[in-house]
Amino acid sequence: MSTEKRRLHASRRGFVAGGTALAGVLGMPAIGAAQARAIKIGLLHPVTGFVAYNGAQSRLGAQLAIDEINAAGGIKSMAGAKLEAVLGDTQAKVEIGVAEVEKMNEAGVAAIVGCFQSAIVLATTQSAAKYGIPYVVDVGASDLITSRGLTNVFRLKPGFGKCVDAAVLALDGINGGAGKVAKSAVIVHESSEFGTGTAKLLSERLPKINIDVKEVIKHDNPTRNFDNVALRIRSLQPDIVVMSNYQNEYVLLARTLHQQKVNLAGLFSVLGGGFNFKFVKDLPDVAEYMMDHNHWFAPTNPRAQAMKKQVEASGTTLFTFEIYLSYNAVKLIADALERAGSADKEKLTAALASSTWSGHFMPYGPTKFVNGQNEGGEGATLQALKGEIEVVYPAQFASAKPVFPKPKFG
Amino acid sequence: MSRVGLLALGALAVACVLPHLLGSNYAVNVVTMILFTAFLGQSWNIAGGFAGQTSFGHVVFFGTGAYASTILHVSHGWSPWAGWIVAIGAGALVGLVIGVLSFRAGLRGSYFALITLAFAEVFRIVANSVEFTRGGLGLLIRADPRPENFQFRNPIWFYYLALALVLASLAIAFWLTRSRFGAQLAAIRENEDAARALGIDVLRAKTVCMTISGAMAGAGGTFYAQKYLYVDPSIAYGVEKSVEMLLVSMIGGAGTVFGPLVGAAMLMGLGEITRASSNTQGLSLIVYGVILIVIVAYLPDGVIGLFRRRSGERGAPRA
Amino acid sequence: MLSFDILLAGVINGLAAGAIYVLVAVGLTLIYGVLHIINFAHGSLLMLAMYGVYFLFRSAKLDPYMALPIVMAGSFVFGYLLYRLVIGRFSHGKDENILLITLGLSIIIDNAALFLFTGDTQTIDVPYAGEIVAIGAAFLPVAKLIAFVAALALCAALGLFMQRSDLGRAIRAVAKERQGARLVGIDVENVFAVSYGIGIACLGAAACLLMPSFYVSPSSGHAFVLIAFTTVVLGGMGSFLGALVGGFVIGITESLGGLLLGEQLGQIGISLIFILILLVRPTGLFGGGR
Repeated sequence: MSTEKRRLHASRRGFVAGGTALAGVLGMPAIGAAQARAIKIGLLHPVTGFVAYNGAQSRLGAQLAIDEINAAGGIKSMAGAKLEAVLGDTQAKVEIGVAEVEKMNEAGVAAIVGCFQSAIVLATTQSAAKYGIPYVVDVGASDLITSRGLTNVFRLKPGFGKCVDAAVLALDGINGGAGKVAKSAVIVHESSEFGTGTAKLLSERLPKINIDVKEVIKHDNPTRNFDNVALRIRSLQPDIVVMSNYQNEYVLLARTLHQQKVNLAGLFSVLGGGFNFKFVKDLPDVAEYMMDHNHWFAPTNPRAQAMKKQVEASGTTLFTFEIYLSYNAVKLIADALERAGSADKEKLTAALASSTWSGHFMPYGPTKFVNGQNEGGEGATLQALKGEIEVVYPAQFASAKPVFPKPKFG
Repeated sequence: MSRVGLLALGALAVACVLPHLLGSNYAVNVVTMILFTAFLGQSWNIAGGFAGQTSFGHVVFFGTGAYASTILHVSHGWSPWAGWIVAIGAGALVGLVIGVLSFRAGLRGSYFALITLAFAEVFRIVANSVEFTRGGLGLLIRADPRPENFQFRNPIWFYYLALALVLASLAIAFWLTRSRFGAQLAAIRENEDAARALGIDVLRAKTVCMTISGAMAGAGGTFYAQKYLYVDPSIAYGVEKSVEMLLVSMIGGAGTVFGPLVGAAMLMGLGEITRASSNTQGLSLIVYGVILIVIVAYLPDGVIGLFRRRSGERGAPRA
Repeated sequence: MLSFDILLAGVINGLAAGAIYVLVAVGLTLIYGVLHIINFAHGSLLMLAMYGVYFLFRSAKLDPYMALPIVMAGSFVFGYLLYRLVIGRFSHGKDENILLITLGLSIIIDNAALFLFTGDTQTIDVPYAGEIVAIGAAFLPVAKLIAFVAALALCAALGLFMQRSDLGRAIRAVAKERQGARLVGIDVENVFAVSYGIGIACLGAAACLLMPSFYVSPSSGHAFVLIAFTTVVLGGMGSFLGALVGGFVIGITESLGGLLLGEQLGQIGISLIFILILLVRPTGLFGGGR
């Protein structure tokens, strides 16, 4: 027993000695002097419920950013103050999300990042606004989010209005490059805010690039099977199908269209919920040649590739868009904290509003917030080719040329 | 004054000063939602507990109320307070219609429960498809926290409003335990055919009951819409709310006056505690589910039943 | 606007979809008929069975159709034990309590799946996934054709079991007259557990037949439960034949409704038919009085 005690004393002494030495090396104040207080960041995501996967991925990305920032010495302009995550689960319910914001406010968070579902983003940003807490929306497509005049709301990624514009532009470019093969389309979308809003904009914009929208098909979440949608599409014979759905329905629809051998020049999705590495890996025949306009990292950026490797090292985690969008949201906040030199909510909000941050590895330039929306944000057009996801448009970020039209079924 | 009466008065006094004692907006929000859920639960309890007409689709009244006032406010500039009256009427109307249709067809028990579920689904799909609800896009109420907009900067006012609603619902429930109408409902609950044989107009009683229940839930809809400022088809007509309404009543004690209040306090308190207990995906809800089963297993008559057995009091007519 | 070809194809698609609804509904109606409870855990248990099929495929490369006997047996045992150890024991015989317990179970099972398997959606890619059979204008995937045939075969087998075997007779006796059955010496608790087990075994079968075309995630079972409830009520609660016919009727209604009214609005057809049947003929197509 006494030998153990001695060993314990020795190790603790060693730890203290080592710690002091380390502190000295890092140039930090020695242990015993006042340490900078941690800055709390609220991470609000639906980690249970029907979008639990997406919520968990978002949370992971945000936590990776916090760990990285802390490991690099915290917020330098605030004496190396570390970031501390305050986790909240919205359970995909509005009232729970709002309750969590109240809790986070009482925990003294300097900012909140969240929360995947547009409806809950709308309600929770409003709650945060009562307390002046800056809220960075990581995922949440609705344009309503940044058009309510709330000064505490910031969104790094473009809303679906801008995404549709860019997607249509890309489609026009790709179509043009193939000799304007596509002249007609059928739109399939999910019935909530995201899909409905996107589809509405698409129906308006597609005719402007000479693509006639033959039909708009709306479906529920969840949908049990798409056999009849495929049947209908086959009878309408459009050149392309444009999709806006969440993950499960996206995969099921793509699979069904493939199974039923519906001949199309291409399958194009805007903010396709299921277009990710897992889809391409698990169902390569279905995914091949599918195109998606989405938030994506710049494939040529070495930091992006390094992070992808790090995340995928676990073998079970995929580098999905939720991860890097939340990661960037936290890093944006860190940049603003550095410039503000304080976690005071008003100063932080002002710093966010004036930010010109380019530390993200996304395929666009520095941030520029207008009414909380980052005007500098851009999506990229992707295509699944030979089991990989390549950026095919715009050319300056592209890693491969688009294949359009895709080959017909034999 | 009886012991129970004194207790109730004491509880009321505490309830009135509670938000000032709590000193935390989060806590005030939690109690507000407990009271609100108790109110909705009581609406279910009127039909499901007192009259024995279990419904799985009670959200249909809630959602209709929420949409009624919100559409009038957002698309037609009505004051939400006026819209509230309309919402109560809308809830009552839907209650009346569903009641008449279902009871005239002689639907009882599980069949009635499932038809209410079907009605809720129909409303949800219709809400998702028509223009005036903006379908899946939902309706956003502009944030302008002034009392005339039925929005309050200080959450304490939502608390007092919820408290008022709960008191009203308790009064209605209490009235049922004392009135002839309530006795008729109890008779119908115990044995509908015997009640009919006794000369009770069963159809009328059940329909009136559904109308009252619908009116209450409709009132709840407007409250919710004004608190969270956004309504869409799944928020308005999603099945989870129906389940919540019946759960708090059944856990607390269906057919009792205070059942929904007790049930709401227990379940929501349990929810807050389990959610705070773990950040691991799913773990907190597993604990919640286990505790739920334990409660049902050891308190088969609901929590109120436990007290009743202990004190030997025979309050509301309940077998 | 829609040609006869397309409508016929819609009917065929509806029959294929209906096969799955039949299996889910048969289990639900059996559980209702015997135990008089609405099993709120039905969707969660389907999801669990689907995960079972997924893991068998991934680890043992076992084809879902080959796995049918294993998954059905496993599901039966799980259901039997679930009733014996949890539902039967804790409900004290009160019907409302069984409802709440199955509700609690569904919460536990859903979140246990989330905790153990994460929220990620999983699919299996069987080698014959791309093969189709052309019937008129309908392109029916082979997997769905097999599902249709298998569902009919299983229903026939179950029907025979219920009619001819001693246990089947005991189950029908308990369903008709619980007290009387107890009086003639039937172990009613055992019959309850067996019935629940068989109901879950049907889910196991449905899972095997679904996985080649569908997917599994912790919340994927619920998509089928509402429609199973509709089927059960349509066919008559407790009626086995009703679930069989009802499942196909619902499948075809959903299919044609989707073609004629649009995919989302078409879903309304199901609920409306449901309401209409209940108002006009409350006991369902084949149900006895209740």
